[in-house]
Amino acid sequence: MNYETVIGLEVHVELKTEAKVFCGCAARFGSEPNTHVCPGCLGMPGALPVLNKKAVELCIKAGLALQCRIAPFSRFDRKQYFYPDLPQAYQITQDDLPLCTGGKLKIVNPGGEERIIRINRIHLEEEAGRTYHSGIGATGYSLLDFNRSGLALIEIVTEPDLRSPAEARIFLEKLQEILRYVEVSDCKMEEGSFRCDANISVHPAGSQEFGRRMELKNLNSFKAIQAALAYEENRLGSLLAAGTPPVQEESRGWDETRGMTFFMRPKEKASDYRYFPDPDLPPLVIAEEWVEKIREDLPELPEEKKNRYMKEYGLSAQDADLLGGSRETAEFFEATLRLYPGEAKTVANWVMGEFARLLNLEKLTPAQSKLKPEALAAMLQMIDAGEISGKIAKTVFEEMFYSGKSPREIVEEKGLVQISDESQLAALVRGILAKHPGPVADYRAGKTKALGFLVGQVMKETKGKANPGLVNKLLREELEK
Amino acid sequence: MELSTLSLKEIGDALRKKTVSAREITGVFLERINRFNPELNAFVTVAEEEALAAADEADHRLARGERVTPLTGIPVAVADTICTKGLKTTCASRMLANFIPPYDATVVSRLKEAGAVIIAKTNSDEFGAGTTTGYSAFGPVRNPWDKNREPGGDGGAAAVAAGLAPLAVSFDTGGSLRRAAAFCGVAGLKPAYGSVSRYGLAALAPSLEQIGPLARRVDDLALLYQVLAGPDPLDATSLPADGPGRGGEELTGPAASGKGLRIGLPREYFTGDKLQAAVKERVLAAAGIITGEGGEQVDLTLPSTEYALAAHILLAAAEASSSLARYDGVRYGYRSPEAADIDLLYKKTRTEGFGSEAKRRILLGTLVLSAGSYNDYYLNAQKIRTLVIREFAEAFTKCHLILTPVTREVPGRAGEERSPLRQYQDECYTVGANLAGLSGLSVPCGLVDGLPVGVQLLAPAGREALLFQAARTLEAAVGEFSPPILRG
Repeated sequence: MNYETVIGLEVHVELKTEAKVFCGCAARFGSEPNTHVCPGCLGMPGALPVLNKKAVELCIKAGLALQCRIAPFSRFDRKQYFYPDLPQAYQITQDDLPLCTGGKLKIVNPGGEERIIRINRIHLEEEAGRTYHSGIGATGYSLLDFNRSGLALIEIVTEPDLRSPAEARIFLEKLQEILRYVEVSDCKMEEGSFRCDANISVHPAGSQEFGRRMELKNLNSFKAIQAALAYEENRLGSLLAAGTPPVQEESRGWDETRGMTFFMRPKEKASDYRYFPDPDLPPLVIAEEWVEKIREDLPELPEEKKNRYMKEYGLSAQDADLLGGSRETAEFFEATLRLYPGEAKTVANWVMGEFARLLNLEKLTPAQSKLKPEALAAMLQMIDAGEISGKIAKTVFEEMFYSGKSPREIVEEKGLVQISDESQLAALVRGILAKHPGPVADYRAGKTKALGFLVGQVMKETKGKANPGLVNKLLREELEK
Repeated sequence: MELSTLSLKEIGDALRKKTVSAREITGVFLERINRFNPELNAFVTVAEEEALAAADEADHRLARGERVTPLTGIPVAVADTICTKGLKTTCASRMLANFIPPYDATVVSRLKEAGAVIIAKTNSDEFGAGTTTGYSAFGPVRNPWDKNREPGGDGGAAAVAAGLAPLAVSFDTGGSLRRAAAFCGVAGLKPAYGSVSRYGLAALAPSLEQIGPLARRVDDLALLYQVLAGPDPLDATSLPADGPGRGGEELTGPAASGKGLRIGLPREYFTGDKLQAAVKERVLAAAGIITGEGGEQVDLTLPSTEYALAAHILLAAAEASSSLARYDGVRYGYRSPEAADIDLLYKKTRTEGFGSEAKRRILLGTLVLSAGSYNDYYLNAQKIRTLVIREFAEAFTKCHLILTPVTREVPGRAGEERSPLRQYQDECYTVGANLAGLSGLSVPCGLVDGLPVGVQLLAPAGREALLFQAARTLEAAVGEFSPPILRG
């Protein structure tokens, strides 16, 4: 029997704010424990939350980037449970009136099929602190760090629209790309600023009813997410095939080393969080003008960029995707294009080729590299003018990348200027022809392939500086005399 | 000169004329505290050293001719639920018996800026949950009029009535401040919601409570209120600077007249069979004073009053269960020494750290907010609250102020066993102001059996001037009276 898989995701994203969401403490990763704390984020008596406007703006930005509706009226609620790193014994979050609802994100699945993944909601909330456990039993102890307590967090909840572990991974990569693009978050999974819980169920193909849902927790990398979902998809499929479908909904963990999921607790036992509206915070009323202002300031999103690149510049879908996928790459590409009157495809090839190769090698982003769009545009113009050859350009490019010098400086310093002087080249060509009577005879006998050899000889003689077009032309003229 | 009986203006004049120093004033009150507090138990902590240092600072200001305020050099007692930097703040709970906050509540900062001298931290029910101070972890407060009577739910009124401090700052979640003012024969105000910052007030029920002033005279009450009130960026529920509820100069002054005042008397507040006849008589007489001075009386009906108390009980408990959850023994406060794991740490700490009423509210509130009962209890209570708000808003289109009793009877016997429900019912006339966010001012209107009776004046935010005008009118007509201990 065939089975169908249904996956929905809950993604937690730490927002890129200067301060925490309900107090003035700095929002910083990696500081000495308990150095960015105050009565508010320590839950001391009488401390009150005051909402950070920037966090609301970033949540709206995320909502707009994912095509959500922005609620003109939303509310903060208390989610109540006891945990040592939750200082107030409640988390301020949004329960039934979230800030953003009903969005969508388009992905292309591994089968090349376009899929629309609906976003159920995005809401704003606060982070808890961190607990570090050490040892077990009588000598064990736990340490608490409240630097993270109160950081601004959004939770993005999808509809159960994903149909495979691979789709889930593609969706998450796309989501990460967009959130970085609009500068809502740095989305670093390794620092915990982008985290994901996944819900998965499996049912017989064609069945109208979904199978029992498993919630997978503590998934710390894209690889882990895909692997855990794949493991679970298999496990649930085998259970169905054996006629023993799961009897309860479960929360399950992922054991990275053993490569398998494990039972944590039944979902039915989930706590009653006793949500109620936080009386310390007035309802969040958002003016439409503000949302429009944020929308106007939103950068062009990857999807729109890709379409424009294909339409305006005639780039292939693959090229457009590569260039538009990272904001810095796209900005570099477009900045170069503004300064260079030639073909967009030429710029695209250099950005995706040499530039990407060197960035990758040095582990840099476009903005971090010394190479500026001005330099690339100038170099491309020098190629077009026949001042340097494409081959020389590679050397020039590498030098520009590491030194940040202009292409003209490099060409002059290294004497790389192309030889385009016709009389100078003609003399060279005649010399080469005299040296190689064999290939000359071959060519004249109709073996035109011999031309390539002769061009190579001229290039060798000039250390690659001869203008290849001109060399070709002069050789042909001489040979056909 | 009996300093303990003077008005703020009189003390201020004496300070400016240098006939007395701030240090001497604080000294006089400290001495009275030493004499009378052991039997009254109005304070949890007396801040003798800090108070004398603050008094010296006030004297320096006066000597250098620097800017002074009506509160410069004046001792003020502050509720022990309000955080004072470096000074123990227990909330009258075992849970925080040794808690020293590293920050000042906004009202405390404002008092200090005004040059006031924080002399002591007042006793109350644990976290303010109760109506008699019987739930304090440090023993009940006694009524200065009769030590065998209960003082209301707050020690600040007893302290002011007994002359242990000229002024007190306390808080009111369901009426404890107003009830204590009525029972001790002083003036007390629960300000309109959002007019005084709650930052630094250990929360019990955040949507209901406000910090407010207590004083022996209405003018002094107004002066203290003006220092406490004002917008605060640290409290998101604080009213904006240009909004209503801001005290201005017009709150004090000699003009005490009922002229043009329309006073509403809601039928539901005078018909209950538990309302003591003599108390009702005094309150109606107070209404008569205002009409006698040129005011007008309007009969009102507030039909939701019957349900308001139940709604208040449920909402106060729901919010308390959440507000008190942070006291878990992990970061500060009491921690049970015998917990083997984290769950036991929570259980034992909270079992040993909280008293019975706090526990009752935590249990009730947890039930109210539980998935199975949220709609029945929490949501319905909120609906009633909305009705109460609407009815008051409608009523205030027909009158300027509403006049009601504060309590159903005179203070009960101290230590008398009263069921929790009976205690909740004690607040039946005061919870409306908390639910609707109104100003509620209690001012003495006479004695019954030698014990003080208060009258409550209610007003929406923005009508503070009329509220104080009416209170001054009553004060002028009723005349000053005080317990013998004040001159003792």
